[in-house]
Order: sequence, then C-alpha cells, then structure tokens
Amino acid sequence: MLRLLPRLSDDVAFYWTSGEDGVLRLLHCNACGFFIHPPGPLCPRCLSRDLAPKEVSGSGHVETFTVNYQQWIPGSDAYIIAWVSIDEQPDVRLTTNLVDVEPEEVHIGMPVRVVFEHADDVWLPLFTPEGAS
Amino acid sequence: MSPPPVEEPLERRAIISGIGQSAVGRRLGRSDLDLTVEAALAAIADAGLNRDDIDGISTYPGMGVGTPGFGGPPTPDVQDAMGLSLNWHDGGGEGPAQMRAVMAAALAVAAGLARHVLVYRTVTEGTAQGTRGRPGIGGSGGGGGGVPRFGGFMQWSLPFGAVSAANWIAMVGQRRMHEFGLTREQLGQIAVNGRRNAALNPKAIYTEPMSMDDYLAARIITTPLCLFDCDAPCDGSTAVIVSHRDVAGDLDHPAVQINALGTALRGRPSWDQFDDMTTMAARDAGASMWERTELTPADVDTAQLYDGFSVLTIVWLEALGFCGRGESGPFIEGGAAIARDGVLPLNTAGGQLSGGRLHGFGLIHEACVQLRGEGGGRQVVRPGGRVPEVAAVANGGGPIAGTMLLTRGLS
Repeated sequence: MLRLLPRLSDDVAFYWTSGEDGVLRLLHCNACGFFIHPPGPLCPRCLSRDLAPKEVSGSGHVETFTVNYQQWIPGSDAYIIAWVSIDEQPDVRLTTNLVDVEPEEVHIGMPVRVVFEHADDVWLPLFTPEGAS
Repeated sequence: MSPPPVEEPLERRAIISGIGQSAVGRRLGRSDLDLTVEAALAAIADAGLNRDDIDGISTYPGMGVGTPGFGGPPTPDVQDAMGLSLNWHDGGGEGPAQMRAVMAAALAVAAGLARHVLVYRTVTEGTAQGTRGRPGIGGSGGGGGGVPRFGGFMQWSLPFGAVSAANWIAMVGQRRMHEFGLTREQLGQIAVNGRRNAALNPKAIYTEPMSMDDYLAARIITTPLCLFDCDAPCDGSTAVIVSHRDVAGDLDHPAVQINALGTALRGRPSWDQFDDMTTMAARDAGASMWERTELTPADVDTAQLYDGFSVLTIVWLEALGFCGRGESGPFIEGGAAIARDGVLPLNTAGGQLSGGRLHGFGLIHEACVQLRGEGGGRQVVRPGGRVPEVAAVANGGGPIAGTMLLTRGLS
C-alpha cells in the first residue's frame, strides 16, 4: 500500500529509524524504568528527564483491530489496522498494520512480533503472528 | 481526582435563551458565513433580543482548523459581518468537544463578562467534499518523494492507513465485541433509530425508511462499521444564545437552564494510549457531570448523544450511566428503549447519522426543542403526558468529550 510517512524530527527520528538493524526501540526512563510513548521531553510518571531509547523484544499482543475497506487512498486493497500492546509494558500500544495474516485469522489477544517495512528513510514497525516464518 | 465541591455550580447561572438553525442540506453551495448569520439572526429573534443586545461570541473550532468545510467562519468574521460590539469573545478547537463553546459562554455569563453570548457551529463539509466523498483526516496522496511528511499525533496513525476517525472508532467497536459481546444487530439500532426519527425532522439529510436488513446489507467501511454507522457530511449552521438566568422571565418560551457541565479528561489524551479502549474520555466527562448535580440518570427524559459514529453513542449511554458498563448492547437491542416512547428517547431529530453532521450542535439544538415542547411530530411525551424536563447532551468521542445536563425552567 502507499504510505504516508512521518517527519524525522529530532525527538522521534530514533523511533522511526530503529528498524534499520531489525530492532524496535522505545524511549525509556532511566530513573523509574517506564517506557514513554509517544516520546516526550520527560517521564510522565516520575518527571525525570534522564531518558534514552531502549531495545524491546518486539513481541506484543493484538488489543483490537479493524479491516479497512474504504479507499481513503485511491486504489488501496483492504488492510488490517491494529492496536498492538508491547509485552514489556502493555499499556504502551502501537497503531500498526498486521501483515502476512488473513483478516479471518486475526483475533484479539493474538501474540505478534514486529517486522519492519522500509520506506524511503523510515522503518515502519508492523506486526505479524508470532511463529510465522 | 475531582475538584472541590461548590455550593452551586456556576453554570446554573446560564440559560439557553434562544436557538436558531440555518437551512441544512447535503450541498447547499452557500458560504459558511452566510449560513452562520442566518442561524444567528434566528437565534437572536428567538430569544426576543436585538442585534445590539449581543455582547459575547463563541464558536468551535474557529480559525484554520481541519479539513475543508469543517471549521466554519472565525468569530472576527461573524462579529464584523453582524456589526457586533462585544464584551467577550472566544473560539477554539481544544476543550470538552464541540460544546466547549457553549461551556465557555456559560462561564463567561456566570462571571459577568457578558450578558448574551452568540454561540455557533457551522459546517460546509457537504459542499467542500462535493462528489469526491469523505476524505481521511490527514488528507490523501501517495508516499514517496514530494509528498508532505507528517508530525504531531497524526504521525502515529497515518503511516498505517489509519487515516480516519472511522478506523480508530472501529477498533473501539471491535474491542467492545470482544469484551462485551456487542453485535452488529445491536449497534445497528443506533442507525435505525436515528433514521426513524429523521423522518419527522424536515431538515434531516436522510429520511427514507431504513430497516435492520438495509443496515446489515450496507457496504463495510472499516470492520465492524458500515456506511450507516458513519454520519452524513452536510452544510448547516446552528446557533444558540447563552444568557444570564435573570432574563428567563422575559422569554416567550421556557428557559433552558444549564444544570451541570461534564468536562473531565482523566485518562491519557490519546486514541491508542487511553487506558480503557472501550470508553475513553466519555467515561471521565460523564462521571464529572454527575459529580456536579443532584439529578441522576433516572431523571433524564431524553438523551441527545453524539453519533458521529454509532459506536460513540453506545459509549455515551454507558458513560452517562443509562446502563451499566458493557450493557449498552442489550439495552438498545430491539430498539424499544431508545425510541421516542421508550425509557430513554435518543437522538430524536435523527442525530448526525441521518439528520446530518452538524457536529454536536444539532444535538444541543434538539435538546432545547424537546425541553421547550416544540418538537411537533417528533415531540417526546413522557408517561402521564409530561413534556421532557431534563435532557442530557453529549459531544465528541475518543479522547475528546464534553457533556451537559439541561433542564426546562429554573431550578
């Protein structure tokens, strides 16, 4: 599908390019261990400013999803949008696409893992069923 | 955490003294300013006032917000066009949903900053979209070189084709199906009820009968939402006059008093990060409204609840306590409870799904119509022949929500 892409501004560039080496990273608070998403200038839990991107496993679960049929972008095929929670901190959810899976196979609670789609200078984190090749 | 209790919520010093609405249609081809002054002059006359009495103005969302046809004219344009001399003026797109403009006006009146505030919301989305259909929020266009990049909150959803609120709200609906067993047949009652009521609203966009079979046969937009779960873009302006309650006796119709505002947003202000994926900000706004009144959900005679998408209406039914959490599906099943003669007459002018996407203010207007007993063929009559005395109105969805309780006459 055609992709509308994010701007690589200083605060988020690490996130959108993290997949270059196949690893998902989230902004992390070194003081209290909280993952902060979307990235911000301080930890909303403990208000520390000692923050740095940290690797996560890339494993998560489908919290909910929708199969989009409307051609918001002309010519697009049906695609699956999901909110995926990150296993290290399930209250962090990523809006993403589920790929290499048929819509009728998707269910809430499904374990998934990250795969990256490279588009221009961005690596979009998408998810596929855990255990898929 | 709630704010400290007050002896009397200040919003009760405010009434809606007049209401007005322009022509409403799919593609009227008129300017937003033209529609706005039509609604404004009607509302001023309805309140028994003259142009020179208006000393305040407020709108949602104001200047430069949203896709074409969404924003309506900014307040300086309306002030100048109508020759208003103002003590207070306000407009903005942030706050407790579209009705934030009414809330701001009520507080301005209560504080003595203004005496009669013209509040309006105008859309020309029907004309702006023409025959091209509804756009995604982020605009359309492909990827690759030369296409604008996105920052801000849209960057988290646009790259994944989640370009419309329809997509985000569909995921709330899907989660409700998973957690509570919501069915499409239950959800469809919001659309079918709206269409039934729209047939009695001369300004409604869609009035031809719609059965549950028609609903279930409609094309899917984004599962589980079909075309009839999404509201109908249109052109139209709605205006209300918010005045101090001490003029209530001067009106030739019942005053509509603002009994309580619901404004809280206690969870994260985000679609995908909000703690409860089945409720979002409506939960907080609803709870905070009931904290400010001695009235209870059982006192409400009619509910005008935001239906930009049908899922939002069932979220509001629970958030305002008309049924328990997760129980809105069974509550609306069969449609009897929300019909005009049901326990909770809902969206009696057809809502936005069939009445047209007047973006929150159509619902405020209809609450006033019902409380004043001016609904004509669609007037709600409560058991014992009683005209509604209490109406609940809700605007917004996802991380944006506002609600208020309106009463007939002064309490």
